[in-house]
This record gives sequence, C-alpha cells and structure tokens, in this order.
Amino acid sequence: MVLWILRRALLSLLVLFGVSVLIFLATQALPGDPAVQILGHTATPEQLTELRKQLGLDQSLVDQYVTWLGNVLTGSLGNSLTSPQSVSSLLIDRGLASLALVGASALIAIPLAVLLGSLGAMRRDRPSDHATQGIFLVLTALPEFVIGLGLLILLGTTVFTVLPPVALIPSGGAAFTHPRELALPVMTLVLAVVPYLTRLQRAAMIDVLESDYVQMARLKGLPERTVVRRHALRNSLVPVVQGSALTLIYLTGGIVAIEYLFAYPGLGSALTTAVAGRDLPVVQAIVLLLASVYVVVNLVADLLTVLLVPRLRTRRG
Amino acid sequence: MSTAEVIAETRGPVAGRRRLRTLRRSLRYGRVRVGVVLLGLVVLVALIGPLVAPHDPDAVIGLPASAPSGQFPLGTDYLGHDVLSRVLWGGRSVLWMAFSAATLGVALGAAVGLLAAYAGSIADDLLMRGMDVILAFPQIVFVLLFVSLLGPKLGLIVVLVAVAWVPQVARVVRGITSDVVQREYVESAELIGLSRWRILTREVLPNVTTPLMVEYGLRLTWSIALIAAISFLGFGIQPPNADWGLMINENRNILTLQPWPILAPAVCIGVFAIATNLIAEGIGRAIAGVDREGAVR
Repeated sequence: MVLWILRRALLSLLVLFGVSVLIFLATQALPGDPAVQILGHTATPEQLTELRKQLGLDQSLVDQYVTWLGNVLTGSLGNSLTSPQSVSSLLIDRGLASLALVGASALIAIPLAVLLGSLGAMRRDRPSDHATQGIFLVLTALPEFVIGLGLLILLGTTVFTVLPPVALIPSGGAAFTHPRELALPVMTLVLAVVPYLTRLQRAAMIDVLESDYVQMARLKGLPERTVVRRHALRNSLVPVVQGSALTLIYLTGGIVAIEYLFAYPGLGSALTTAVAGRDLPVVQAIVLLLASVYVVVNLVADLLTVLLVPRLRTRRG
Repeated sequence: MSTAEVIAETRGPVAGRRRLRTLRRSLRYGRVRVGVVLLGLVVLVALIGPLVAPHDPDAVIGLPASAPSGQFPLGTDYLGHDVLSRVLWGGRSVLWMAFSAATLGVALGAAVGLLAAYAGSIADDLLMRGMDVILAFPQIVFVLLFVSLLGPKLGLIVVLVAVAWVPQVARVVRGITSDVVQREYVESAELIGLSRWRILTREVLPNVTTPLMVEYGLRLTWSIALIAAISFLGFGIQPPNADWGLMINENRNILTLQPWPILAPAVCIGVFAIATNLIAEGIGRAIAGVDREGAVR
C-alpha cells in the first residue's frame, strides 16, 4: 500500500518533469528567435540583445532549462514582459479569482449531479429520465463558450437583462463578494460539467440498485427511499470521486474561453492576453500551474479511490 | 506489401460486413437520423454557402450593427458587413480543420496504441508515460502554449489539436490491443511465422476499427468545440476572413445592440457539434447495445 503510494507519487513527479520540459521547449527552444518574435522586426539590435539576456537565450539550451527550472522551483518567476507586475503576484491575484470560479462551479455541480443522477436511476426509462438525458446529450456536445453565449443573450443582454454581462471584478479583490458578477460564468461552467457527472452517477446508481445486497434490503421490506439513502447512495459514490477529479481538470481548461467571454479577471483571461502579447514568462507560468493542477488532482483522486475501495489496495499492489 | 494491399486485406469480407451492420443498426436510432440530417445541413451550408451568399463577405455595404431587413436578412455586423453572407462563408475553415484534426488525431493515436500494446515492456512504458505528459495539459492550453511563440497558423492548430487527442485514443486502442494480442489466434499467427506488421494489420486492427468509429465521432465533436473556441479567442483564422468563431469574437462589443451577428454563427457551431455527437452516441449504442456511459474528454 505504502509502496503503491510512493510509486504513484514518483510517477506524478516524472510527469511533472516531462511537462516542464515540454513547456520550456515550446516557448524557448522552437526554431525562430523568441526575441525577434516578441519585439518584431523593427527592434534595434540593442533591444534584442537586452531581451535575449533577460530570457537567458545567450546560454546553452540545457543551461537555460536548468536556470529556468531553478527559478520556477524557488518561486522567482521573473517579470511580465508587457506589464510592470511580477509574474508571481499576477499568478496569485488571477489564481485566486479563478479558484473562486472553479470552486463555486464544482460545489454546485457535484451535489447537483449526484442528485440528478440518482433520481435518473430511480426513474429509469420514464419520460422525465429520457427528457433529461436528451437535454444533457445536447449540452455535452456544445462548446462551453456557446453555452455561455446562450446564457449571456438570455439573461444578460437581450431577452431578460437581469444579470451583469461582464464580470467587472477588481483584480485581486475577493470574487466571492461579487455574487451577481459570478452568476453567469458559474452557471455556464455548471451546465458544461453537470451532464457528464450526472451520467456517471446514473450508471453507478443503476449498477448498485441491481446488486444483490440492495435486492436483499428490498426483500426485507424496506421502503425504496430508505434503500436508496441507506444502502445504495454511498456505494454509488466511488465513480463520482474520479468523476469530480475529471470535472476539476476539465474546468481548468474550460475557464480559458469562459473568462475571456465574461471578461473575468482570472488565469484563463490572463493566459489569453499573454498569448496575444507573446508574454512568454507569463505563458510559461500559467501553463505550468494549470498542468500541475491536473497532476495533483489526479494523484489525490487515485489515493481517495484506493482508500474508499479496500479491494483495490491489493489488486494494484 | 503496399498499403493498398494491407487495407484491402484488413477489410476482409467478414470484418467489413460487421462494420456495415453496426452502421446500419445505428441508423435505427432516431437521434442518429437527426444527427445525420443536421450534419448534412451544416456541411451543405459550409460548402454551398459561398456560392449562394447574397453579398461579398468582406465588403462594407451597410451601416454597422443594423437590424435585420429585406436587404440584410440577419442585419449587419460591427463594421457593416452582411451577417448572412459571412455566416455562409464562415463554415469552411472550421469544417476542414475539425475533420482533419480528428482524422489525424485518431490515426496517430491508433498507431501509438497499437505499437505500445504490441511492442510491450519498455517501449510501452515510454510511449504511455509520454502520453501522460500530453494529457496533463488542458487541450486548449496545450494549443495556446505552442501558438504563443509560433503564431496563429491554421495548419499548426490542426496538428496541435490532433496531438492533443492522441493520448486518449492511444489508451483506448492499447486497452483493446493488449487484450487481443494474448488471444490464441494471434499466438498461432506468430507460430506460423507471420511478420509483426501482418499480424498487427490483419489480426489485431480489425478488432479495433469499430471502437475507433465511436472514438472518431467523439474526437470530431470536441475538435469542433476546440477549434471554434480557439478562433473565438482570436488565435485561429484572422480577419478579414469570415469564420463562425471569429465572428463571435469580432461582434462581442455590439452584442447589446444586435444579437444576430453572434447568435447566428453560435447556432451553426452548436448544431455542427450536436450533430456529430448524436451520430457518435448512436454508433456507440449500436456496438454496445447499451448506453456508453460517460466518455473522458
């Protein structure tokens, strides 16, 4: 068990190492001079030399990578090329705002999906189940920014103008104190992830409801509601742990287009701005952070699953 | 052996008939028929649209942000272009980019998966750990990472989207393949001395083709979403070209005045993605005979 955890953690570290190499290669070592790419062809030779020195391009590739990784690990991420802010203070400001967005969405989406999925399993193949499944099938296919646009036109700008269409939250401010501004982006993300999670929960609940011990509980004469609440629900939650991890991971990508759409001051919109301005230090830092979230969330979810399902401990050994 | 021969042989009569039957059975689902009709509509709009567009999509011919009228059925956009003409022109890029990205991604993924499962041990480990690294990036972030230095080039975006799908496809294919290579008929093929390549293409690949059809449909749906999102962010095809995702970006500031320049392309993207998803779902159901529960993006 301990060995398995160690092995799993080591693999995660290995993946993180690969991620850092890929980010480094993508932003600094591709053919073409990043300094020219950033400053354009009108830059003077002095400006180019200055920027090359700032980016460390005058060193060998391996030296550059080692220096870069060392800086990342010690938290000195340098300065943004397009704004006076340091990269780490930008990451903290924007990261907290994105965390509020993702956190609020997950807190609403996960319980909602457990509820809807369980109800769907209990009312399997009735008209209400078919209707929700149909709607969800459409929602899973839609790109999240199209869902966002639909909500925006419906609630923000055109049909009913009840919610602010743009999330004007001061950068670094506490996003939770602006519930009205959070409403549209959170609703969009919830609609984007609930269908997938609901399907997982519905399938898991159907499996459990058909199992022997639930039949046994029914034969004992327990009312169906008690059977579901006391016996079925807890056992159906295991896939949802993995599903929730996937949801969080999905949201780390989903925030990019949604924050841009609602002008929400988070990591996603910061990434879009940085890519447009070729602000390489900011791009590197944000991408590294988002990819690390994936690795960490996956690790935690695997550990949780093994803790929840004891028989996996021996099987994976 | 030439590739044409290999394809002819792998599509032997039995496997071919089985695949055809799966496709025909999937057509029994109402949702698949709806999907096929919708997909046909979108493809028709994208391909025929430019021929029937009433105006030049790049010509400023009216006042900016005017309401729908007889002359401009969907009004005009932020610069005074005809919205209908731009919608009719704007499907081509997302259509070819999504189809090529999905095709390339599934082909590469299948190749990696087959190789990993059949080669086994070290090559398998190396390949799949490499896949884990790509998987760690949210797909849109992966694409933006490379676009940040290399700039918004359409061919590059297609390749990046394809590479972003490789890990998931490779996992599916590897799972099925490592199951198959332990079966007796693969062993006996090895015993009678068939080459690895022949075993892979003749004995293993036919088992993978049906799941790959579902995979292709899902990757196509998500390629549409991803490519539309990238052009919505302004990193896809550049103005003054007409493109559905780009139109949404360009007209964001006049949304309160005129929803049509945004609503029309958004509906097109949505219908395209829904259509391919309905078809993929139906084929999946026809194969499994039950719901395909939850696919990983």
